[in-house]
Amino acid sequence: MTKAGITVVEADAPAPAVRLPRRRGIELALIVLAVLLSVYGYCAVGLAKHGTVPPGAAGYGAGLGALALLAHLAVRVRAPYADPLLLPIGVLLNGVGLVLIYRLDLETPGDRAAPTQLVWSTLGVTLFTVVVLALRDHRVLQRYAYVCVVGALVLLLLPIFFPAVNGARIWIRIAGFSIQPGEFAKVLLAIFFAAYLAANRNALAYAGRRVGWLQLPTGRVLGPIVAVWLLSVGVLVLERDLGTSLLFFGLFVVLLYVATGRTGWIAVGLLLASLGAVAVGWLEPHVHSRVEDWLHPFASIEAGQGPNQLAQSLFAFAAGGVLGTGLGLGHSTLIGFAAKSDFILATAGEELGLAGLSALFILYGLLVERGYRAGLALRDPFGRLLAVGLASIVALQVFVIAGGVTGLIPLTGMAMPFLAQGGSSVVTNWAIVALLIRISDSARGQYDREVRP
Amino acid sequence: MTRYIRRAAVFCALLLVALLVNATRIQVFQAQSYDDNPANRRSSVARWGQPRGNILVGGGKVTGSRDTGEQLRYERTYADGPLYAPVTGFASQVYGTAFLEHSEDGVLSGTDPMLTPFPLWNDLTRAQSRGGNVVTTLDKAAQQAAYTGLGSRKGAVAAVEPSTGRILALVSTPSYDPAVLSGNASATERSWARLNGDPDKPMLNRAIRQTYPPGSTFKVVTAAAALDAGVITDVDAPTDSPAPYTLPGTTTSLTNESEGCEDVSLRTAFEWSCNTVFAKLGADVGVTDMAATAKGFGFNDTGLRIPFSVAPSTFDTSVDKAQLALSSIGQYNTRATPLQMAMVAGAVANGGQVRTPYLVERTTTDDGDTVSSAGSRPVRQAMHPATAVRMKELMEDVVTEGTGTNAAIPGATVGGKTGTAQHGLGNSGTPYAWFVSWAQGERDIEPKVAVAVVVEDASAVRGDITGGGVAAPIARAVMQSVLAP
Repeated sequence: MTKAGITVVEADAPAPAVRLPRRRGIELALIVLAVLLSVYGYCAVGLAKHGTVPPGAAGYGAGLGALALLAHLAVRVRAPYADPLLLPIGVLLNGVGLVLIYRLDLETPGDRAAPTQLVWSTLGVTLFTVVVLALRDHRVLQRYAYVCVVGALVLLLLPIFFPAVNGARIWIRIAGFSIQPGEFAKVLLAIFFAAYLAANRNALAYAGRRVGWLQLPTGRVLGPIVAVWLLSVGVLVLERDLGTSLLFFGLFVVLLYVATGRTGWIAVGLLLASLGAVAVGWLEPHVHSRVEDWLHPFASIEAGQGPNQLAQSLFAFAAGGVLGTGLGLGHSTLIGFAAKSDFILATAGEELGLAGLSALFILYGLLVERGYRAGLALRDPFGRLLAVGLASIVALQVFVIAGGVTGLIPLTGMAMPFLAQGGSSVVTNWAIVALLIRISDSARGQYDREVRP
Repeated sequence: MTRYIRRAAVFCALLLVALLVNATRIQVFQAQSYDDNPANRRSSVARWGQPRGNILVGGGKVTGSRDTGEQLRYERTYADGPLYAPVTGFASQVYGTAFLEHSEDGVLSGTDPMLTPFPLWNDLTRAQSRGGNVVTTLDKAAQQAAYTGLGSRKGAVAAVEPSTGRILALVSTPSYDPAVLSGNASATERSWARLNGDPDKPMLNRAIRQTYPPGSTFKVVTAAAALDAGVITDVDAPTDSPAPYTLPGTTTSLTNESEGCEDVSLRTAFEWSCNTVFAKLGADVGVTDMAATAKGFGFNDTGLRIPFSVAPSTFDTSVDKAQLALSSIGQYNTRATPLQMAMVAGAVANGGQVRTPYLVERTTTDDGDTVSSAGSRPVRQAMHPATAVRMKELMEDVVTEGTGTNAAIPGATVGGKTGTAQHGLGNSGTPYAWFVSWAQGERDIEPKVAVAVVVEDASAVRGDITGGGVAAPIARAVMQSVLAP
């Protein structure tokens, strides 16, 4: 590890090269902390449910630790200047997610999700390692922008040919594995958006007609935004996946704004988004009922049909209070279906309380903030947009699903990054963290051995 | 671009703030209302997550808990459900609780703060106390005797210990097994509908929640009032009472079931239950003194709890002379629960003092440490002690040579009073056969038991013989089982 060296600059000597601190030791310490916290949670669940430390505690800790160490070594070798917070946050969130799923597995002995999730986490960390080792420079990705968009479209359209699961066509099932290709498409689309906007941002920023205080974009460049809008609505209508379309559209608008600085884009974006949302909310019964549930979460109770999932989720959060019931001591299984995936946050809210929930939110906040920081530090537009885009995916996704299960916005089926059961999601999130690591390494590495600007 | 990235970052920060504010709203400010929502099963899960404490009769448990392994884990069981149902009530996962299960729910379910070793201990450790036990005053043998005695007939028995107010027996028939209401399956729902729809009302606790016209048994109150008020000074002196007796201010003529009631002494009139004599006595005593004595016995008391509430027995105080005359023989608006009539007999036996009846001797923690005990109950002088002595004589005479000879117990002093009450339009309803009594064993220094029995008997012939024939044997069985060592 390189020690931070603060060189006292002599008055008339030429400014010497400043060797930046690499902070890999900090990262390692934080990873150890994250693994210990997860193991502690695992033990706490066992103690609460059976009165003993679960037999697999040591193995679980060793496994998680080995994975984290592998990732750390990859970063140490290939991305020595990377942000030291990104990897530990990923490890901690992934670890806590495994604990929560393991905890819920105890209530459903016939349906164990934690082992599968562990396998997917391993795959995710492996992918992370591969990306960090193989991708030497994020700018390489710019070349594959159009490959990415085609890939994303294929991934998005694939599930249409598979049967709908629980009202949404977002899964494909092959040989017992169920994959949600839309998850991978997010990253590919972020790469494409970043590349497209980096290349065309000057044209897009070109002012069009002025309506009042609004500077509208010209008609020619309006094409792409309309195309993305159609794509989102298409996803929504064909796959009945409100969350993903909201995410794509939000991501594009954020990137468009960052690339061009035109508030007009936001106005157009919001207008199109609300148009689409209103139309679909009106026409599509699946989406319409979600909005109804959001407006009246207790309608089913008043109708004598018992609480629906959202009401149960709210009950779970309320039962947690400030400090929570303690791991293993809540009753979030009352939510029933999707307690381990979409509603995993309710378990965190009930058993860890507002304190634990806030901590999780702040972890996500930190992850996003580190992404944005990397974007700010970079010089090339593509890298900047990619960092902002990847961070925004996490931010939007957390907001959409967390806001949904806490009754802030209508509920949309989406996976809580790292926490929720769902292999595609975990793998994708590890890919996002890997890319952010790569970008943050470039961002800080570019200043090494040269005079700071 | 930097400026726009910063703005986008601010936007993300706003999203984070919105999530945190909303989480605080739900988990802190609105948490209570969500917790209290009846559709939220968490309180039920916690409530049924541990075995409920037990109700004890004579040192043995009459309740239990069964581990179902379901979400609402422990289900209530009853060792002898129908026998004790009027006391235990039910503890249902769906339909709530009743009677002792309801009144002592805090102790039984473990939520009573007195179960914790220190104040606020459970709030601190977030633990839940184990359910405590409720020790009742019931006499197992007396309860069984009453239940067996009533058999398949509709009726109720209440027995108290006169000197303390301890309730020794509380039986109502037809009864039901509260265990069928314990669970949350569809069978529970069916049982609930069946029990509520049953015309025989098995869930009605007739001993305390049903008032009956007490008929001739109310003459104990009237006689006590007459003696206390000085209307009668010598129980053996002839009373100036015609038979039939024309109710004052009306042309209605009141007759007797038995012959020879004209001008008889109070003793004879009590022995043979002369309506004419007691109707006139009541009218002579006047509404103020009659009402005062009735109130002393416990009538018109709306606040009696044993610990669950008892339907108030009534003696109408806004009556004219004729209505007062009828009220004084237990008709018109006079109504009493079997428990109230047991208290009347108990007052006579206990030197004129009414002890407030109670059912819970003490409550204990799971380990048997006392949480609360009944202690000494309030006492009320219903009649002058001298009056009580004479009333005891009168009641003894009923058993030794009057209408209540069926209640006699060899080797014990027993006092009683029979009664039959007609009711309904034109007296078309099923008559109620009554018997109230007390008993004192040879070696007891004071009466040990006072009991009231009411039987809704379709076969009852109208006459006090009915009370003596149908109800007295049940009372005797109950008294015997209490007196037997």
